[in-house]
Amino acid sequence: MSIVKEAPKKNGFLAGTANYVDERVGAAGILKEFGRKIFPDHWSFMLGEVAMYSFFVLLLSGTFLTFFYDPSMAMVRYDGVYAPLKDSLMSKAYETSLNITFEVRGGLLMRQVHHWSALLFVAAAGLHMLRVFFTGAFRKPRELNWVVGFVLFILSMAAGFTGYSLPDDLLSGNGLRIIDGMIKGVPFIGTNISSLLFGGEFPGHVVIGRLYALHIMLIPALILVFLAVHLFMLIIHKHTHYSGPGKSDTNIVGYPLMPVYVAKAGGFFFIVFGVIMVISTFFTINPIWNYGGYDPSPVSAGTQPDWYIGWLDGALRLAPTGLEFMIGDYTVSMNILLPLVISLVFLGLVAIYPFIENWVTGDKREHHALDRPRNAPTRTAIGATGVTFYAVLWAGASTDLIATHFKMNLNQVLLAMQISLILLPIAAFYITKRVCLALQRKDKEIAIHGRESGRIVRLPHGEYIEVHEPLDPYDLYKLVDYKDYKPTLARPNAQGKITVGARVRASLSKFYFQDRITPATQAEIAEATHHNAELEAQVQKAIESGK
Amino acid sequence: MKRLRSKINGMRRSPRALGIVMFAGLLVVGTGYTAVSASVSPNREVVRTQEQIDLGKKIFLANCASCHGKNAEGSVNAPSLIGVGEASVDFQVSTGRMPGAASGPQLEVKPVQFTLEETAAMAAYIGSLADGPSIPDAAYLQANGNASSGGELFRINCAMCHNAAGAGGALTQGKYAPQLMGSSAKTIYEAMITGPQNMPVFNDANITPEQKNDIITYLTYLQNNSSVGGEELGSLGPVSEGLMAWLGLLGLLVIIAVWLAAKSN
Repeated sequence: MSIVKEAPKKNGFLAGTANYVDERVGAAGILKEFGRKIFPDHWSFMLGEVAMYSFFVLLLSGTFLTFFYDPSMAMVRYDGVYAPLKDSLMSKAYETSLNITFEVRGGLLMRQVHHWSALLFVAAAGLHMLRVFFTGAFRKPRELNWVVGFVLFILSMAAGFTGYSLPDDLLSGNGLRIIDGMIKGVPFIGTNISSLLFGGEFPGHVVIGRLYALHIMLIPALILVFLAVHLFMLIIHKHTHYSGPGKSDTNIVGYPLMPVYVAKAGGFFFIVFGVIMVISTFFTINPIWNYGGYDPSPVSAGTQPDWYIGWLDGALRLAPTGLEFMIGDYTVSMNILLPLVISLVFLGLVAIYPFIENWVTGDKREHHALDRPRNAPTRTAIGATGVTFYAVLWAGASTDLIATHFKMNLNQVLLAMQISLILLPIAAFYITKRVCLALQRKDKEIAIHGRESGRIVRLPHGEYIEVHEPLDPYDLYKLVDYKDYKPTLARPNAQGKITVGARVRASLSKFYFQDRITPATQAEIAEATHHNAELEAQVQKAIESGK
Repeated sequence: MKRLRSKINGMRRSPRALGIVMFAGLLVVGTGYTAVSASVSPNREVVRTQEQIDLGKKIFLANCASCHGKNAEGSVNAPSLIGVGEASVDFQVSTGRMPGAASGPQLEVKPVQFTLEETAAMAAYIGSLADGPSIPDAAYLQANGNASSGGELFRINCAMCHNAAGAGGALTQGKYAPQLMGSSAKTIYEAMITGPQNMPVFNDANITPEQKNDIITYLTYLQNNSSVGGEELGSLGPVSEGLMAWLGLLGLLVIIAVWLAAKSN
C-alpha cells in the first residue's frame, strides 16, 4: 500500500506529450536552438512579417476560391442572379467568378480578402525591401538573402499578375492583351512565343487554364520554397539591429523568440488578418461584375493593372513614339522594347546592388548593426533615385486619371512625366545626398559641442555665449558610431598594370565617398568637452563674484 | 458541270469582271443605305408653337447670339446651330454646359441658367430653323429595356471613353469623357443622338432607339445599385485600389507595428 503512495508523481499531460515528442524528434534541441533566437524590437523589422502573414491569408482564402472556380474558357450563357449580365455569353471562368461573388456564401468576402491581401503582400514586401536597402541590411553576410528576397518580390508580382487574369473579365483581359503585345514586340521570337503561350492567336482557349496552373501550383510552391530559404538564412545570419550603446557588429540585442516573440508575432498575424478582413468587408476591390466577360473588341477607358504591375504599364505609356524601324521583314518595336529593356536593367541593378556596393567599398567584414540612412549618403541617394524613377513610372500608369481628376491636359501630363522620368531621379540623388550630408554635419556638431541649451550668458568682459550641454554617452553613441569609408585609389596588380576594373572601382569609390563626413573622433569630443568645462567654470566664477 | 465552272472562272478572270462586281456592290450598298437611313429617321410630329419660337428667339438673341450669330449661323467662336436640332439645345442648356463660361478644351457642366420653359423655347427656335434630332420620345427613357444587352452595347460602344463602370475617362489635349453616374435618361439619349463636343453621333441606324433604351436601362441599374462589395473607391479600378492598399492597409499596419514595437514607458 505504501508503495503506491511513494510512486513518482505523474507528470501532467503537457509534460508527457513534450517528453514523447522530444524523445522521437528531438524537439528540445530544436526549441533550444530556435527558442533562444534573439529578435530585436523595431517596427521596421515587422514589415517582412506583414508580407509573410498576408501570404498566409492568401493561401487560406485562395484555397477557398479554388473550390468554386473553374478555369475553363468554354463559352456559356450566364444564368445567375446578377441581372445586368443575364443571358450574356461568357467564359466558364468568368461565370464561376461571378457565382463566387453572388451565389457562394461568403464568396465575395473571400474574393475581396484574397485580392486585398495580394495587394498588401506585394506592398509590404516592397516596403520591407526598402527598409533593408536604406539601412544597409543587405551587407555581408546577407547579400545572398537579398537576392532570395528579390526573387520573392518577382514571384509575388508573377503570382499577382496570373491571379489578376483568372476572372477572365474585360479589365484583366485587356491587361493580358497588353502582355500579349509586349511578347509579340520581342523581335524574331515574339510571335512564336505568344502563340505558344496562348495556344494560337490571342486569346485562344487555353491561357486561363495555364495561368491557373501557374497561379495555384508552381508560383505559390516557389514562393514557399524561397520563403523557407529566406527565413532559414535569417536564422543562420541572425537578425540585424540598429546601432546603439551595447549594440555592435559582434552581438545582437533583443528578446528571445520564446516566449516573447512567438506571442508578439502570433498576435501580429491575427492583427494583419483582422485588418485585411475589415478592409475587405467595407471596400470593394475589382468589381468584376462591372466589367463584363472578356471580349477582345471592347477596351475600357481607365484600364490599369494592379499597382505592382503599374510601373511596367507606366513604362509603356511613357515610351516615346515613332522609334520603330525595320530589319528586313521584321519591325523592331522600340516603343515596347525600350520600356522592356529599361525595366529589366532596373530590376537587374536592384538584384545585384549589394555586390556592387561590396565591390566598391572592398569591405569584407560582417555587418550586423544597421546604418542610419544619413550615414551612408551615397547609398541613400542611390536608393532615392531608384524610388523616384519607379515612382514616376508608377504615376505614368495613371496619366489619364491624373488628367481628368486634376483637370489637366492628358498630352501635357504625359510629356511632363517623360521629362520627370529623366530629371526627377537626378534631382532626387543630389537633394538626398545633400540632405544626408547636412544631417551628418549637424550630428557631428552636436556630438562635439553638445546640445544647445538656450541659456545665454554674459561674461565679465561683455561677451555673450550660449551654454552647450554635453550629450550623455547613450545619445552620443548613436551620433558617432558609423563606418568611415575612404575613397580608394586604383592600385596596380601583380603584373604592375592598373586594370580597367581597378580604375572603374576607384572612380566609383570616389563617387561614393569623396565628400564624406567623418564621424567625430574621441579627441575632438574630449577637446570640446574640455573647452565647455572651461567656459562653465568662467561662468560660475562670474556668478560667484556677484556680477 | 466542270465546263460551267471553268466558264465562270474564265469570266471571273476577265478584266471587265472587276468593274461589274464593283458597280453591283456599290449599287447594293447605296440603295441599301438609303433605304435604311430613310427608315430610321421617323418624322415624328413636333409640337412647337409660334409663341415658343418667338420667345426662344428673344432668349437666343439676348444670350447666345454674340457667339452663335444673330441667325444662329455661327461665327469664328462658335459653330452654326442650324440643323443641330432640339435635342442638342436641350442637352447643352439643361446640363448647364451652355451658355459656356469660358473657351477651353471642353464645356463644363455648370449650374443650369434657364428654366425648363426657356430651354424648351430655345429648342423650339433652333428646331424651327432646320430639321435635326428632336427631343427623345419618353417611351425610350423608361429604363425598362434589357440591362444585359445594354451592358454589352455599352462596353462595345461607350466604355472606351466613358469607362466600363461609367466613371469617365481622359481624351486628348485636356478633353474628357464625363462620368455618367449623375446623368438622366434624357441626357444620355440626347448625347447619343447629337454627339456633343467630342462624342460621336450614335444615330438610330447605329444603335436603334430600343437599344438606346437598353443602354439607359443598364446605366440606370448602375446608378441605382451601389457596389455589393462595399465602398466603391470612385469606381476607378486598380489605381484607387492600389492607393487604398498602400495608405489604408499597409499604412494602418505600419501604425500598428510602431505601436507594437514601442517601448513601454
